[in-house]
Amino acid sequence: MTNKNTATRNSVWASLGLLALFLVGWEWGPGLLNIPPYIIPTASSVYFEFIRAVGHEQLFYHSWITFAETAIGFILGALLGMVIGYILGISARAEFILSPYILALQIAPKVAFAPLFVLWFGYTLYPKILVAVLIVFFPIMVNVLGAIRTVDPDLINLARTFSASRWQIFRMIEFHDALPPLFSGLRIASTLAVIGVVVGEMVGGNLGLGFLLVFGEGAGNTALVFVTIIMLTVVGIIAYGGVVLLEKKVLHYLPKKDYAPV
Amino acid sequence: MTGSPDIRIEYRGVAKQFAGNSLKDGGEEIIQAVKDVDLKVADGEVVSLIGPSGCGKSTLLNMGSGLYLPSDGEVYVDQEKVDAPNPHVGFMLQKDLLLAWRTIQKNVEFGLEIQGIPTHERHERSMDLLEKCRLTGFENHYPHQLSGGMRQRAALARTLAVDPKVLLLDEPFSALDAQTKMILQQDLAETLSAEKKTALFITHDLVESVALSDRVFVMSARPGTIIEEIDVSLPDRANPMARRQDSQKQIGEYVAQLMGLLHVGETATEIQI
Repeated sequence: MTNKNTATRNSVWASLGLLALFLVGWEWGPGLLNIPPYIIPTASSVYFEFIRAVGHEQLFYHSWITFAETAIGFILGALLGMVIGYILGISARAEFILSPYILALQIAPKVAFAPLFVLWFGYTLYPKILVAVLIVFFPIMVNVLGAIRTVDPDLINLARTFSASRWQIFRMIEFHDALPPLFSGLRIASTLAVIGVVVGEMVGGNLGLGFLLVFGEGAGNTALVFVTIIMLTVVGIIAYGGVVLLEKKVLHYLPKKDYAPV
Repeated sequence: MTGSPDIRIEYRGVAKQFAGNSLKDGGEEIIQAVKDVDLKVADGEVVSLIGPSGCGKSTLLNMGSGLYLPSDGEVYVDQEKVDAPNPHVGFMLQKDLLLAWRTIQKNVEFGLEIQGIPTHERHERSMDLLEKCRLTGFENHYPHQLSGGMRQRAALARTLAVDPKVLLLDEPFSALDAQTKMILQQDLAETLSAEKKTALFITHDLVESVALSDRVFVMSARPGTIIEEIDVSLPDRANPMARRQDSQKQIGEYVAQLMGLLHVGETATEIQI
């Protein structure tokens, strides 16, 4: 136990050391290499830009808008992906009929729909949410569908020997059996949702971190672009973390993976 | 053995074909899994079914449980023709098939829940069976927290929970280590005898078939059919440990006979050369 703790502590120190090295390199590296600040602003100038943006550019408000759009788009897209995934999983016929169209839609780059949605819904929150829904939908649907297809047939037969109805087989076996792959889909989708929203914001409107990115670019304010990228990462981390927390709660019955300390 | 009201399981001229690979001429290869199977199991009997791999033993059992229908002939459980899965038949496989997201108790109650038995009754029944299967104290554990033997005991409790008249067991112990297996055989034999259940079970373990059953059916290679029926006239069917100890010599003779019927020795010689 003590050994393990020492190993963990060493790893944490190594990780923090790497961060310090990175910050030092960022602060003084560009100067040494004669890279102008409009290409790579120093760490400190990004920090001061952050403080300024919080006061003058409503940075937190924009972050909140992006987060809210991400969350709404993610939840709607996830629900839709789950429902369609379960339906296609259960009905081989529905899958056969719909799969070519779904495949086509999956291959189409979802962010390309952003301008179209702006044309339809104007400079509102809806186009952003819609892009997120579209981009989140596929990994979740594909994972759920795949999981239902690979449920152990002996489990289904077991339920059948107890004279289970089709609905009982779904509710008591297939639904639960598909949850672990569903959560891997949700993890991927949570980061994709941020991409969908940002692209939507970049295309139109004057709200959200995507707007701030374009605004910073137009003003030649490289530091603001850096700040916005960092805030976007934070939004992504929160979304991802939320999924991981939920996963721990829902899939509590799975054996804990014991990672051997290196 | 032939008094018909006491017959629990009966196979009458059962055959089963499956569609195999598509052939070049556009037709389909037909695989004859089993043919002309006639067998009867009387009330309270424990009968085992042995035969080479792929001879259709599992197919026979699946037809008994109603999961497949025979291509020819009929299967009767309690004089009733089996044409769909039904609550008279309990089914148990080599895999324990415990649901990872349910506690052990919830797993035992699985069949009862499907059948819509009220919660308090389910609870009572599962606690009683967990005690019989020596799993008291583990009711709130999840399957991955139990050993293979305990998991299989939980699977047995789940099978017994719906109180089937007939148990069909498909190599229930073959995934367990030798010692756990003997303990579970003992548990099963005692339970079957105490609950007066009728059982038909498949095994690859010749000693197991002799130690646990009243009769042994021997099947041929595919297309599988029954080539021999052996009465095990040994005492202590409800206590295989005692049977193993007291009738070692006779068990050895039965096993030798079964090996002869299955050509076990001959294959071994071929391999040695």
